Amino acid sequence: MTWRRIAIVVALAGLLALATAACGGGKEIILATTTSTQDTGLLDVLVPKFKEESGYKVKVIAVGSGEALSMADRGDADAVLAHAPSSEQELVDKGTVVNRQLVMHNDFVIVGPANDPAGIKGMTSATEALTTIADQKVPFISRGDDSGTDKLEKSLWKKAGLDPQGQGWYEESGQGMGATLQITSQRGAYTISDRGTYLSQSSNLDLEVLVEGDPALLNIYHVMQVNPEQFSRVNGKAGQAFVEFMVSKETQDIISNFGVDKYGRPLFIADAGKSESELGLQ
Amino acid sequence: MDLIWDGIREAFRILGTGDYSLWQITLRSLFISGSAVAISLVIGIAVGSLLAFNEFPGRNLAFTLVNTGMGLPPVVVGLMVAIFLWRSGPLGQLNLIYTPAAMIIAQTIIAAPIVTGFTAAALRSLSPRLRSQLYALGASRLQMLWLVLWEAKLPLLAAVMAGFGGAVSEIGASIMVGGNLAGETRVLTTAVVLEVSRGEFAPAIALSMVLLALIFAVNLILTTVQQQEQRS
Repeated sequence: MTWRRIAIVVALAGLLALATAACGGGKEIILATTTSTQDTGLLDVLVPKFKEESGYKVKVIAVGSGEALSMADRGDADAVLAHAPSSEQELVDKGTVVNRQLVMHNDFVIVGPANDPAGIKGMTSATEALTTIADQKVPFISRGDDSGTDKLEKSLWKKAGLDPQGQGWYEESGQGMGATLQITSQRGAYTISDRGTYLSQSSNLDLEVLVEGDPALLNIYHVMQVNPEQFSRVNGKAGQAFVEFMVSKETQDIISNFGVDKYGRPLFIADAGKSESELGLQ
Repeated sequence: MDLIWDGIREAFRILGTGDYSLWQITLRSLFISGSAVAISLVIGIAVGSLLAFNEFPGRNLAFTLVNTGMGLPPVVVGLMVAIFLWRSGPLGQLNLIYTPAAMIIAQTIIAAPIVTGFTAAALRSLSPRLRSQLYALGASRLQMLWLVLWEAKLPLLAAVMAGFGGAVSEIGASIMVGGNLAGETRVLTTAVVLEVSRGEFAPAIALSMVLLALIFAVNLILTTVQQQEQRS
């Protein structure tokens, strides 16, 4: 009857595994964040450092900013790092998130194939470039996932007075920035990307930065904690610790230098302590 | 073509050095999917023998449900488990979301119907005379179940193979309830997705090769056991 013994051992091992895996609780923090902070590798540097300093184990859930903010709105996260300022402000006004602070920025760029069939290279206005793309009906790939980048792109189309939804040349990938850049590159299309993700993947892409420098293309990241007074299971202390960590001088120095060795320039510009109007003037 | 060759060359280097936590991720995949299949086997044998040996109203419906379960879309399972386990969900106080335990639960829901379906079919195909003989010999219910399972051990192995294959190659549920956390819930499939979205194809290829090798190895072992059993 050795089979019987084996079966019992296997079953017990399975249940034991489930039990031990379940007891992993303790000092944890759930961080809901945008894909760009993960795809660029920035969090791979910052998260271990935070754990070392505070003792909190960080569970990084990298989703679009839209989903990250809705996790915060349900109390399913303790802290949020996002880049969708107007949606973030809505949650601040509702009181579901508190202690929202400016962390860093970089900018969005409009990228496309080097031969630039639409002829937008060098334009300084994002809306002018999008209008040209729409006029020429050249393929454009949108994230379409309600992320921070997607929200910005939609607002630019609106500003240009255009509605690309449903047009043959306009497609939605429904995926993160990295995957969307791959699709855009493979299709010889145009898209809007944050500069960080574009730079970190540019060696694998047949895409060039064609339009940059428009103040409307500023990409601003804020960190905030979910309000523990509204959700009993939210860890307020951990959330606060993470916000403080992100705006601390040491972390800001790391951010300022992140990517310099690899790309010759930082992927993000550290901004803690600045006001938003200061950024708009840059 | 460069991408493919460079990718494969780099993949072999990663396989050799174990960069990108390759082996921890592999062990985690084995552990999580193995646990899910072990639990599924217990459920599968219990429910499968109940279905195969008992006449009761609604039996056909029960079979249909199990067969439907065999084709459960993992992403639907993931969403359901996530909704229950989120902090804001009904089981939120268990703090299971984004843990290996959550992944084991989701993969069990995916693998259990597969194992149950295979088990029920295997037991059903046994000659009914076997049971009446055992009964006549005075076997207790439990003894009888054990002997019948022993007779059906080869199809049961097939059930384990199918269940493991379903669990280990699944991705939608794992990423939703596990969160793809480095060093904790990142398994082979979710790591492949992450590396591709980062544009890092070499580790993605390396991880894929390990995943294929893993499934091959498990099936090889099970098939070898089956063939030895058949010979003896």
